[in-house]
Amino acid sequence: MFPLRVTDVKINIKSKRLIGPINLEIEQNGISILLGANGSGKTTLLEALHGLRKLSAGKVEWNISNSQAAAEQAFVFQSPIMLRRTVAENLAFPLKVRRLSKLTTTTEVMMWAKKIGLEDKIKQQAMLLSGGEMQAVAVARALITKPKMLFLDEPTASLDGATKKAIEDILISASSNGTKILMSTHDLGQLKRLARDIIFLHNGIVEAHCSKEEFLTKPASKAAKQFLAGDIVL
Amino acid sequence: MNEILHGLIQAFWLVLNFDSELITISLRSLYVTLSALTISALIAFPLAAFLVVTRFQFRQAIIAILNALMGLPPVVVGLIVYILFSRSGPLGVLGLLYTTSAMIIAQVIIITPLITSIAHQSMQELWTEYRNLLISINLSRMQRVGTLMWDSKKALITACLAGFGRGIGEVGAIMIVGGNIDNATRVLTTAISLETSRGDFSLALALGFVLISLAMSVSFATHWFGKTEHGGLR
Repeated sequence: MFPLRVTDVKINIKSKRLIGPINLEIEQNGISILLGANGSGKTTLLEALHGLRKLSAGKVEWNISNSQAAAEQAFVFQSPIMLRRTVAENLAFPLKVRRLSKLTTTTEVMMWAKKIGLEDKIKQQAMLLSGGEMQAVAVARALITKPKMLFLDEPTASLDGATKKAIEDILISASSNGTKILMSTHDLGQLKRLARDIIFLHNGIVEAHCSKEEFLTKPASKAAKQFLAGDIVL
Repeated sequence: MNEILHGLIQAFWLVLNFDSELITISLRSLYVTLSALTISALIAFPLAAFLVVTRFQFRQAIIAILNALMGLPPVVVGLIVYILFSRSGPLGVLGLLYTTSAMIIAQVIIITPLITSIAHQSMQELWTEYRNLLISINLSRMQRVGTLMWDSKKALITACLAGFGRGIGEVGAIMIVGGNIDNATRVLTTAISLETSRGDFSLALALGFVLISLAMSVSFATHWFGKTEHGGLR
């Protein structure tokens, strides 16, 4: 499936450029962090890579066909989208779509409910959970099918420390089990804790794609320096 | 005032005595409307969901036409169905005029746009909420339609109730295509119309009260079912 090759990708709305041209190659291993200030185009790029956005130009290519690749991906949105069903039914949904057996589905659902600490709430309506619990369900629902590629759009942006830690632990575990993770954030602490490599986006352009160490010690652009210094990036 | 009271007493008397004609007419009313409702729901729900998840050239025009057809005058529908099924009409060979089948067909034409529009509106709201998730999970178009219909079931029940209300109280179209034939096509509304023209207001009122009771019973039963289904949530 890997590497993921992004060639001259542009996304415009009417005549306004949102991102691009973007050229990237993403390898299979570890957690890649998509970094950038608000409005830099992180969400648009993630959605484009996952196929949620139509490209105005360029190509997103996997080593397998796009339809095969689509079945191996999952996406966690910044605001968790909960089906109007119970927690258990939300977790089971991707497995039911793939027509897995009832036994396998139940076993996986119970395992993931326990992993995210919601085994006591599996019969509760998901819409009634707290924001952090909903995000945990969204992450578990994305990982329950063991995708090869997981995109996350600032999944911990509005969460408290304990929930953020719980979700980060799940992501580290998933990554070590072979799931490639590409996550957007503007949280420098999270970058230091999780990243193997950094993709720095500024005004819709990739200004740096390098290892975490290189990015933190030798930022490649003025905007990256400003971002690391905590200045306002314009 | 006296006539209303008398009508109420007569309605109770007819019901308590299990008046055979009243029961036959009531059952025929239910048969015609519930048959029309079932057929309409089978057309309307998938059509509404399809209009929600699919983008094509004349989609907005179809939605606008469906909304406009909600206000279709039943007498005109009756007239059109009459012309179609009259002996010299294009479908006259089927011999359906003055049968309950023709009445069902007329009611299907009247209530399908209503159910489709209500269902479309509720599923459109849900699609706005679910869209990214369902595409991300890589659902086929049929699976998206199924998910939307399942998760909108309470709104769809409401749509059915609206359709039932319109159908059971309808008189113009079924009078024209059914002919109000005793022991064949007479239903509650046409019987009320007949008794009123004869000047027997008490019996007309009695039938009216039975009609109201029937409509309310179905409404309460559906409401109770919907509430139980969701455990009282939402």
